[in-house]
Amino acid sequence: MRKKTILIVDDDIDYLFQLRFKIEQFGYQIITAESQKEAESIIETTKPDLAIFDLMMESEDSGFVLSYKIKRKYPDVPVIIATAVSAETGMTFDLNSEQDREWIRADLFLDKGIRSDQLEQEITRLLNKE
Amino acid sequence: MTKLKVLVVDDEPGIRSGVNRIMRNFHVDYPFMDEHVTFEVLEAETGEAGIEIIEANMPDIMLLDNKLPGIQGIEVLEYVRKRNYNIVVVMITSYASLDLAVKATRDGAHDFIPKPFTPQELRSSLENITKKIFLKRMTKEMGDEGRQIRFRFLSVLSHELKAPLNAIEGYLNMINEKQFGDQIADYDKIVDRSLERVRGMRTLILDMLDLTRIETEERKRVMVNCNLVTIVKSAIDTMKPLAIQMDVDVQLISDESIPILADCTEMEIIFNNLISNAVKYNKQNGIVKCILSAEEKYIIIKIADSGIGMNPDDINTIYDDFVRIKNEKTRKISGSGLGLSIVKNLVHKYQGSITLESEPDKGSTFTVTLPTNSTSL
Repeated sequence: MRKKTILIVDDDIDYLFQLRFKIEQFGYQIITAESQKEAESIIETTKPDLAIFDLMMESEDSGFVLSYKIKRKYPDVPVIIATAVSAETGMTFDLNSEQDREWIRADLFLDKGIRSDQLEQEITRLLNKE
Repeated sequence: MTKLKVLVVDDEPGIRSGVNRIMRNFHVDYPFMDEHVTFEVLEAETGEAGIEIIEANMPDIMLLDNKLPGIQGIEVLEYVRKRNYNIVVVMITSYASLDLAVKATRDGAHDFIPKPFTPQELRSSLENITKKIFLKRMTKEMGDEGRQIRFRFLSVLSHELKAPLNAIEGYLNMINEKQFGDQIADYDKIVDRSLERVRGMRTLILDMLDLTRIETEERKRVMVNCNLVTIVKSAIDTMKPLAIQMDVDVQLISDESIPILADCTEMEIIFNNLISNAVKYNKQNGIVKCILSAEEKYIIIKIADSGIGMNPDDINTIYDDFVRIKNEKTRKISGSGLGLSIVKNLVHKYQGSITLESEPDKGSTFTVTLPTNSTSL
């Protein structure tokens, strides 16, 4: 069976390195991008099996913009938004209400400090949902 | 254009139509208001009808007669005060006793116009009230805006502080779990990266302190005759270790002494930031030229580097707080994103200016112009 591909986008190269290292150990193939712009050009030509976006990159809502764009092109690709933002700004968004799902086109919000085993579980769950 | 609603509560039809006529072509403007204010008149024959209009239309100003057929004017005033409605009330009354005046004032009446009044009397009272309302709104708006900017600053700041902590914590966990095996050398890269993030965080904290001090003016400023050449020389010395490491040649082209009346620490902050950027964002074997020249009224300082340069799009944003240009060439360079914001702030304090010319892969030149006799703000 072909290894599933996960696209990770984060402008913090250290976080990107760490996440890549973790997820590679789960047995996935990884593509990375360091900016919204770079991610957009990857999405043009490549369809990953799952995508993980940082929220704040070039702009405060880069993650939302990317989820919107990837869902428009590939509606079936699950999207995780990894963020530390909610705790910092007091902003809260989750995907429990229909209204939120409507405009935030992500399947899951994850805190950046998530434990490896939880992360693996969530990825597996999202990939098997299709 | 702003329209204020004026409610007239009076049982005399002549007064109501008079007010309507006077206000119809009246408008108020002041040099400090960039819009002019006009008025819309609403009429009520009784206190009860007045209250109905208040509930439905919420006027900005109310001209209120006391002697009314049903409830009295003073009771309408009480109604407004109890509900904390934001209406400026002017009593118009022919039988103004001292007693009533005291009670009405206690209940928040803003002004008294005795009947009969001339159009001029009414206009000048409303002119004053309009000014007051306008200033109140402006103050509130400015307060809200300030809070918003502060909130944004704090939330971005906490993001910027948390990011390096997360990165360092992540690396420490990897070491703790011996993710790369038992060879210490295999951890070199992530230890280096952790140290780099610690350095970045320290710079951020120091820059942030500078910025806060500049903005709150907490730091006592000492205006003395500083020699700019000495200050630039010392900034160059500070950057020497990094310059040597990167093989960047930093040159000073200047007269022996260029005096300026300024706070020396602030001058140091300006040139430390500019010169450190010129070295940091340079290339191997690059050059930084610091060119100082004094003219009759201005001192011009150019810091020119042969570094990575910037796109025109990026040039517009670089003075904003926490803006760092992120691309392949800058990914390993750490910085707080506050340096240029601080520099611009300071240069403006001296009524100076800062401009930038830049071309990707050719380099950037920052030009700071400071007046020799700045009446510093």
